[in-house]
Amino acid sequence: MLPAPSLSPKELVNDDVYIMSETNMTTTSSVATGVPPAIDEPPREKLTKKAITADHPTWCPGCGDFAVLAAFYKVLEKRQLDHEKIVTLAGIGCSSRFPYFVNGHGAHYIHGRAVPLASGISLARPDLHVFLFGGDGDGFSIGGNHLDHGARKNINLTYFIMDNFVYGLTKKQTSPTSPIGFKSKTDPSGAIDQPVNPMKKLIAGGATFIARTHAAQVNHMIQMIERAFDHQGFSVIECLSECVEFFPDVFDPANPKKGGSFEVIQEKKWDNTPEDELRHDVTDELAAYKLASLPFPGVFGVFYETDRPTKNALEKKWIETTREKTGGASDLELLQKTFDRMK
Amino acid sequence: MTYMTIPATISGGPSIFQVRIGSGEVLSAGDEADFLVAFYQHSYQDHLDFLREGGVLLYDSDNVEPNLDDKRFVYVGVPITGLTVEALGGTAKDKGKNIFVLGLIAKIFNLDADKLKKLISEKFAGKDQSIVNTALMAFQAGYAYPVGNVLTKHYRFEHIPRPSGRAQITMDGNQALAYGLIAAGVRYGAGYPITPWSSIMETLRRELPKYGGIFVQAEDELGAVSLALGFSYSGYLAVTGSAGPGISLKAEAIGWASMAEIPLIVCNIQRGGPSTGLPTNVEQSDLHQAIFGSHGDSPRVVLAAASVEDCFYISIEAARIARKYSTPVFILSDTSLATRIEAFDEPDLSKLMVDPEPDLTPREGGFKPYDLERITQHIPPGTRILDGKYPLIGGLEHDEMGHPTGSPKLHMAMTAKRRNKLRKLAEEIPVPEVFGDQEGDTLLVGWGSTYGPIHDAVKMGREHGEKIGAIHLRHVHPLPNGLEKIFAKFKRVVTVEMNDQGLYGFGQLATILRARYCEPKIQSVTKTDGLTFRVKEILQGVFPGKFVSVRGYSPNRPVSGNGDQDVDVARAESIAQGVG
Repeated sequence: MLPAPSLSPKELVNDDVYIMSETNMTTTSSVATGVPPAIDEPPREKLTKKAITADHPTWCPGCGDFAVLAAFYKVLEKRQLDHEKIVTLAGIGCSSRFPYFVNGHGAHYIHGRAVPLASGISLARPDLHVFLFGGDGDGFSIGGNHLDHGARKNINLTYFIMDNFVYGLTKKQTSPTSPIGFKSKTDPSGAIDQPVNPMKKLIAGGATFIARTHAAQVNHMIQMIERAFDHQGFSVIECLSECVEFFPDVFDPANPKKGGSFEVIQEKKWDNTPEDELRHDVTDELAAYKLASLPFPGVFGVFYETDRPTKNALEKKWIETTREKTGGASDLELLQKTFDRMK
Repeated sequence: MTYMTIPATISGGPSIFQVRIGSGEVLSAGDEADFLVAFYQHSYQDHLDFLREGGVLLYDSDNVEPNLDDKRFVYVGVPITGLTVEALGGTAKDKGKNIFVLGLIAKIFNLDADKLKKLISEKFAGKDQSIVNTALMAFQAGYAYPVGNVLTKHYRFEHIPRPSGRAQITMDGNQALAYGLIAAGVRYGAGYPITPWSSIMETLRRELPKYGGIFVQAEDELGAVSLALGFSYSGYLAVTGSAGPGISLKAEAIGWASMAEIPLIVCNIQRGGPSTGLPTNVEQSDLHQAIFGSHGDSPRVVLAAASVEDCFYISIEAARIARKYSTPVFILSDTSLATRIEAFDEPDLSKLMVDPEPDLTPREGGFKPYDLERITQHIPPGTRILDGKYPLIGGLEHDEMGHPTGSPKLHMAMTAKRRNKLRKLAEEIPVPEVFGDQEGDTLLVGWGSTYGPIHDAVKMGREHGEKIGAIHLRHVHPLPNGLEKIFAKFKRVVTVEMNDQGLYGFGQLATILRARYCEPKIQSVTKTDGLTFRVKEILQGVFPGKFVSVRGYSPNRPVSGNGDQDVDVARAESIAQGVG
């Protein structure tokens, strides 16, 4: 019999100082409500840009995503949210590096699956502000199914999609939003597949807040982020964010500084004026769909917004109804009762 | 103990339901039946060799024509179909035959008819009251049948006090697993339907809201594991699960959990594979998938439940390890455990219940999520960190603060950190006790649901003069330290596994043990017929040429199986299977 393979001390990283922390194993009757217990709060300082800035972004100079980050910092400063309750999440892609550049709780997850990850956090912890960031490949291609189902279930979170019409991190392959004819490394003679129309996909998916913005329009971005944040439900913003390296100038037609025109959706004010007749009703799904059908560069602003109960609220209601029936029994009493029936 | 074999058809098809009753520990489904109930001719033909000599064949004389010249058995013909139709007034064709037979069996075995009636009422509760009444009528008709006219021998079960003094509860393995998770403080989870995992998610979806939790039916397996990781990241250890095909889809996210060091419980209720395989049969062929199934070096913990009772306790152990080592933990169960019902001592819940609440008290500064000198313990989001430096967790290789790094030195150190915490875990895993001979010729090594048949095989082997012992591994990865000392006491070590011998001739556990201990005396007995081991199959596989004369072994059932010799049999049988 050979001895068990021994560990060379060099292989171990400070193994002798590993500290085991025991988890709490006490008996309890507490109920997981998703609301954290009250704790002593030390005084807070103002939430400044400095406080929420982390690593310097690894994006290429001139990347549209810098402006998105700046707009997000501005919103956080303006809203003065509790620092520890800001959670930034992302999948994979250039724009999905976002959480690394925000000093706050957060996670950088796998490609395309950030919506269900964020959904878990949102459902279990209604006290948190869940911000999700990603790109067109992450959101509309590999994660397309999750986008539809997050939308349909109306999970309460804010999802900001930086759409650059190209795979940047992997260096210029065709993306689900690349226009027909776009020459990439995977389509050297030009893309041939019909691109995804993000607004149409989101309307059909059942998202309850859908907006479109442009990284060159910081004030418009800030407005959209704030409105998405204030909306209860699955809020998605598609932001045209230029990839200066692999698809430069593609969004110029929507950039007045570069000779384009940035056309903002005029929303109904419900003021009974004749002008109002022509304005967009954000609760009108078909009108939103028509706006989404306009040729590139299309229009910007809120396409669709509706109030529909969130999964968060529906699950909470179900928990409350179920808990009422149990008569406030403790966890121990509940499980004991179940076992008593199995005797 | 019960054991169920059902076909993978959408509705109908031949089903087998076995019950084994005993005053002591009932460990396996048994090799032979004392009493066989045949509803149809094919059930008589296919299963008569399972009946022991002198055993009773109760058959539906409306459908079955047994060979009464075969004097080995006692024949009891009852016109089950006709009597059921008569009792129910012919309203529902011959539906209710099973309940009629239940009544008949209750009479023959002197079972508590009132309790059974109560259970029937509970089973059909929520449906039309007339359905409950019909079922009770069928039961009553069966119970009132003058079976004494045709069967002289009756059975009686005596009540014996339990040595533990604790009451017994009955449930199936999937229920035990689900309630074990609840006792372990698991309040959140997500899944996608697949046989035989679905009933766990059904139980948790129904039960968790009572405890303030949520179980989400996700859009797919990738969404399910991601939701569960979201729950775990938020501070509530969560569960996801599936059978082998679904676990394959979760593999990337489990690699992330390994890298990001997020606690997670992953149940794999194994079935016959690969691909859709044998959806309703049993197999233990996902061990390597559980241990290695991801990308990169992604250490994780793998536990395997030995019995229905153990499904309950293994859940608690899985949750303890997941929290303490901040790691994904697999619980391997299988079709046979998932669907069979066992009675076991009621757990002492007052000593077992775990508090699910995350600790959100503000922390002083200097927190490093991936401290190289400690086992990672994440701080849940929503927790204030007073120096204002918040942790970011992720799938990129990272420094101690969680920020991305391409440093070869850090990748080596972090890879070692993730591996070493599981070596630390191995130190605290108890070395399994040896059952039977403490030293001798043969040591059987099992994992998962083969526990019962292996133990019965050791008993029977010793009765026949073999020097044989057995150990059972609940912690399959990492293995407990010190197994080599046990192996040294035996001339050979034989794993008993329901999987294929593979290209190199060894079952999946044997392959790992051989790699771990570099020990040629480690061998395996494997089979892939989709059914649980019979005791004699194990003995025949372990001792080739011996135990062949013992009844209960059908030549149609491949032993030590490798299936090669059975190709012709399989061709001849060409068993019809639906799609599942």
